[in-house]
Amino acid sequence: MSMQSQDIIRRSATSSLTPPPQVRDHKLEVAKLIDVSICIGCKGCQVACSEWNDLRDEVGHNHGIYDNPVDLTAKSWTVMRFAEHQSEGGRLQWLIRKDGCMHCADPGCLKACPSPGAIIQYANGVVDFQSEQCIGCGYCVTGCPFNVPRINKEDNKAYKCTLCSDRLAVGQEPSCVKTCPTGAIQFGTKEDMKLVAEDRVKDLKARGYPNAGLYDPQGVGGTHVMYVLHHADQPELYNGLPKDPSISPLVGLWKGVAKPLATLALAGVALGSLFHYVTKGPNEVSKEIEDEIEAEDKEEAK
Amino acid sequence: MDNKEKAAAGIKINRRQFFKISAAGLGASSIAVVGVMPTAARAEVRQYKLFRATETRNNCTYCSVGCGILIYSLGDGAKNAKKKIFHIEGDPDHPVSRGSLCPKGAGILDFVHSSQRLKYPEVREAGSNEWKRISWNEALDRIARLMKDDRDANFIEKNEKGQLVNRWATTGFLGSSAASNETGILDVKFARALGMVHLENQARLCHGPSVAGLAPSFGRGAMTNNWVDIKNANVILVMGGNPAEAHPVGFKWAVEAKIRNNAYMMVVDPRFNRTAAVSDFYSPIRAGADTAFLLGVANYLLSQDKIQHEYVKANTNAPLIVREDYVFENGLFSGYDAEKRSYDRSSWAYELGADGYALRDETLQHPRCVFNLLKKHVERYTPEMVSNICGTPKADFLHVCEKLASTCVPDKTTSILYALGWTQHVGGSQMIRASAIVQLLLGNIGMPGGGINALRGHSNVQGFTDLGVLTTMLPGYLTLPNDNQESLKTYLEQRTPKTLADKQINYWKNTSKFMVSFLKGMWGDKATADNEWGYHWLPKWDRSYDVMAFVEQMNKGKANGYIIQGFNVIAAAASSGKVRSGLAKLKYLVVIDPLQTETSSFWQNHGEFNDVNPAEIQTTVFRLPSSCFAEENGSIANSARWLQWHWAAQTPPHEAWHDGKFLGSLLMKLRDLYAKEGGICPEPLMNVDWHYHDPKDPHPEEVAKQLNGYALADLFDDKGNPVAKKGELLSSFAHLRDDGTTSSLCWIYTGQWTQAGNMMARRDNTDTGLGNTPGWGFAWPANRRLLYNRASADPSGKPWDPNRKFLHWDGVKWGGADVPDFPPTIAPGSGVSPFIMLQDGVGHLFSLGAMTDGPFPEHYEPEESPIPANPLHSGSGKSPVARIFKDDKESFGSRNEFPYVATSYSITEMFRHWTKHAHLNAVVQPEQFVEISEKLAASKGIKAGDLIKVSSKRGHIRGKAVVTKRVMTLQVAGQEVEQVGIPVHWGFEGTTRKGFLANILSPRVGDANTHTPEYKAFLVNIEKA
Repeated sequence: MSMQSQDIIRRSATSSLTPPPQVRDHKLEVAKLIDVSICIGCKGCQVACSEWNDLRDEVGHNHGIYDNPVDLTAKSWTVMRFAEHQSEGGRLQWLIRKDGCMHCADPGCLKACPSPGAIIQYANGVVDFQSEQCIGCGYCVTGCPFNVPRINKEDNKAYKCTLCSDRLAVGQEPSCVKTCPTGAIQFGTKEDMKLVAEDRVKDLKARGYPNAGLYDPQGVGGTHVMYVLHHADQPELYNGLPKDPSISPLVGLWKGVAKPLATLALAGVALGSLFHYVTKGPNEVSKEIEDEIEAEDKEEAK
Repeated sequence: MDNKEKAAAGIKINRRQFFKISAAGLGASSIAVVGVMPTAARAEVRQYKLFRATETRNNCTYCSVGCGILIYSLGDGAKNAKKKIFHIEGDPDHPVSRGSLCPKGAGILDFVHSSQRLKYPEVREAGSNEWKRISWNEALDRIARLMKDDRDANFIEKNEKGQLVNRWATTGFLGSSAASNETGILDVKFARALGMVHLENQARLCHGPSVAGLAPSFGRGAMTNNWVDIKNANVILVMGGNPAEAHPVGFKWAVEAKIRNNAYMMVVDPRFNRTAAVSDFYSPIRAGADTAFLLGVANYLLSQDKIQHEYVKANTNAPLIVREDYVFENGLFSGYDAEKRSYDRSSWAYELGADGYALRDETLQHPRCVFNLLKKHVERYTPEMVSNICGTPKADFLHVCEKLASTCVPDKTTSILYALGWTQHVGGSQMIRASAIVQLLLGNIGMPGGGINALRGHSNVQGFTDLGVLTTMLPGYLTLPNDNQESLKTYLEQRTPKTLADKQINYWKNTSKFMVSFLKGMWGDKATADNEWGYHWLPKWDRSYDVMAFVEQMNKGKANGYIIQGFNVIAAAASSGKVRSGLAKLKYLVVIDPLQTETSSFWQNHGEFNDVNPAEIQTTVFRLPSSCFAEENGSIANSARWLQWHWAAQTPPHEAWHDGKFLGSLLMKLRDLYAKEGGICPEPLMNVDWHYHDPKDPHPEEVAKQLNGYALADLFDDKGNPVAKKGELLSSFAHLRDDGTTSSLCWIYTGQWTQAGNMMARRDNTDTGLGNTPGWGFAWPANRRLLYNRASADPSGKPWDPNRKFLHWDGVKWGGADVPDFPPTIAPGSGVSPFIMLQDGVGHLFSLGAMTDGPFPEHYEPEESPIPANPLHSGSGKSPVARIFKDDKESFGSRNEFPYVATSYSITEMFRHWTKHAHLNAVVQPEQFVEISEKLAASKGIKAGDLIKVSSKRGHIRGKAVVTKRVMTLQVAGQEVEQVGIPVHWGFEGTTRKGFLANILSPRVGDANTHTPEYKAFLVNIEKA
């Protein structure tokens, strides 16, 4: 059974001429707040996620670390990443971060996706994959600044956290949030979660973490999964959480292509790029272009 | 690219990305742009999978937090639909778990549906290499025959002294601390009626020392406070436990204390664990040195005068004067008999006045008052000494002391959380005693946000302890009579404690009421005044038949049969190799379990993991499928003594049976055999009260009511007011009688199912104050949620802390947030002290003769110690009374051969040897590993992920190396000590990768009080495998 949910604010590979039905846009913007400072890395969220979503990943191996599975897979939509951190003269810290889809306000996966409607964004902020539409090209993987989606080899489709959109749809919180033993994962409106985060940051500052802060990176328009970090100035400490994530500029470039009026012109640009690549090799896109695209993206997001 | 690289690479785009983005994608979506693609703009979320599923309330079966769970089954209840569980999540109404589940609980669906669930009865014939399917009827016929033959041949009616003992010691019975209380009490009735003395459950191997350490200190051997109450603490000391990993959902309330109560959390542990990860302060300690640390804290508090004086004077035995012949010297207390390796404890007592009461000095000046003896005893534990023994940096130790000391004021409390890191030591009971001393000095017992919180293990290990499924125990902390207690009268004289201080309650003075009511529950109408209420049908003990002892007995060929219900003993007992060789000497082994366990397949060759030759093993093994928690109604008791009722969400799969059906059916077979053939001492098994609606399959509800107890005649109180009519369920243990007019199988459970209904099934989670929820389930005793709560107020009745007003005196009676743990109408200032279960009414800094190894704790080196001598004593410096069998002496390793301290433990993702059968848990911790320090790894050329071999004198295991900063090299007694961390969760059965039973490594040396083995400090060597 399929139905029009009419609250899709964005849809992959869809131009403004064929927008998704989106009149039901009066929705609360939701967010999941992950307070790394009280996360015990128990993996309750990992297990609850798989249980709810009927996923059973392979039984792997120990790799000399606690992380297991060692990376996200098509059947493990969230994993705990463990990092031992000891600053000079400081006491040891075990920084444990729950990794998974950040549900970006400006989702790189969605922008990169060439298959119409395979990736959608709901009015509440959830970025969801519509597997039937997925063509398994893997662009979402490359388009994601957090390296989250994974292609399943068995059906050649991309998978990731849905923020339990099925539970949200009936008014429940995501499975990982419900199960979290210490309350390190909370869920609510994005506005409320920011307030919760403020209190937590205040507490952490009082406990000797002057750089504590909220991770809600603006390079992707903010996220619907946010972190409270003790070292918000160094997110990389948490197993390489990117400091200033942004959508790869070529994804932005590609998105421009989708605009019908620019199609031809941009196809030319793309071809030109290809020509450039073939003749001159890979190139870095200049900062100016990147900023331009970003500005355009932000404009559109409004 | 991983995230790290990606972050560094910034906007660089590789060749693959470039092509993908600019070429192929353009094609696909350009088609859409021009409207060729026929997709409608449709989208949907996944269908919500729980609509109209049957929702059943239950409790997680793993740990003692007792989280509430909601089980969803296929079908809406229609008769034609067979319920099958397809989803389980947390119960948001549950006051402790509030919807949370840890990875074990969150994956519990995969235990229920494990591919290793047993489907039908099987037998492995002697010497055979395979399982053979048999019917239940055949299995029961054969088992009954084997049992009867062994019982008739080896039952001892009279011992060599001619005392009537009615004991059957050659077949043992292990109950399961994950089974319900209704199963547990049937275990007791079944096993004791047959005369069994080796009746045990997992409590022996885990929290035995909690009872042994807490009961002599405060009166009851249980967690003093409760899970939610931890949120009221100002300081939390986690030591000898790792709740973030072993009790994650209960740990919620420690985190809550941090966040909402600005609490300061400290962790002292051999390794930086996941509790440490969210604590404010972590300090390392050498495994097995905790008593030294805690006595060091006591010394700090006393020498710095950081004690709560008023509390100590009013609520502890500090002022009481000890006998003159009590002595402590060079690690030995007075009364030691080196030959017997035991103490005569008569000098560990108060000096009594003519009135029979202890002498006292309220000024605390008398040199032999407990206060001064304690001061003297602990003064050796200076910060330097503590650091030297424990390897804890002195500054760290002092920091912990200072933080604890900050709660010696009336309006601040410390909550201590511990678990197996204290209990599973050769001196485990005394570690807990040491913490009791600290908390009494700080005035933190009976206080909300204070206490010593024993975080128990299995979901119902509290219940199985309460029910006395332990060799020398009976339900309700009564003891099984011993050979010398030749009459009920003698038993009661010896077991009823004398009151040692004026005006005190000494509630155990009612022992006769509890015992006679138990006997009435046990034997029903057959128990009469004339036959001493069936007292002689109980077996009597001549020695402890605990797990260690039975393993010894099996190895000596002196045991023939073993009935094991939900207890993977080869994995759980110390020295798995010796358990295996013992099982191989049995004639028959009966395992009833939901799962294929290593115990039932001990005879099977699994290569290096279990290298045996089945042909050489002549044990006949029966493997019988049992139901699991999700398939039964019944109650379990969590760590906070909450009895919670749960309901079945599906029927047992395939041919699995409820445990009660197995016990009932087997007993009926035995009765048939005895009726037909006669046999030795049939009276107890014929007379045990088994009048259930179907004796072959008792219902949990009828058993629970019997456990609660009935009025067997119309009862009136001493003023002549009616209390209960004949046949009614009792509402309080205060109504029990010793004249045969009441029955109660477990007096502390009286009140669990009254005329008003099943109190355990109550679900009112109203907070009556400070997080207390007395309307949820039922807590023994008498629904009290915070033990010793009278001590939350001073003698005049004023709360020590106005913000922690928990009880109040309204002029007539005590009331408040909790049921008072005190006679409700005894007014403040009456001189009655709050510890009503103790003979003197006060908390015990000095534990009198209640412990076998000393009235004060003392640090002894583990039997396998990494240092040559105990810095405190000359001589061995080891416990003079630890449980060691002669035959095991050769199995201890030396520090030269095995230089590293090994410590075994659980990790968050796994529950003992159980979750390895659950796929979801196998995914998140698939393979055996061992944790070592960076320094040790470097010295051995070991890198993270290498396979390493860990050997003790008793065998070896292999596992992947986790090389970590979290295991630190320590300085102990002038030398470097390395510790090796050994998680225990793998084995040769399960869904995880095959592994070794970690207890292959552990030694057979037991705590002197409880015979709980040492699992946490022994010696090993390691090498790259």
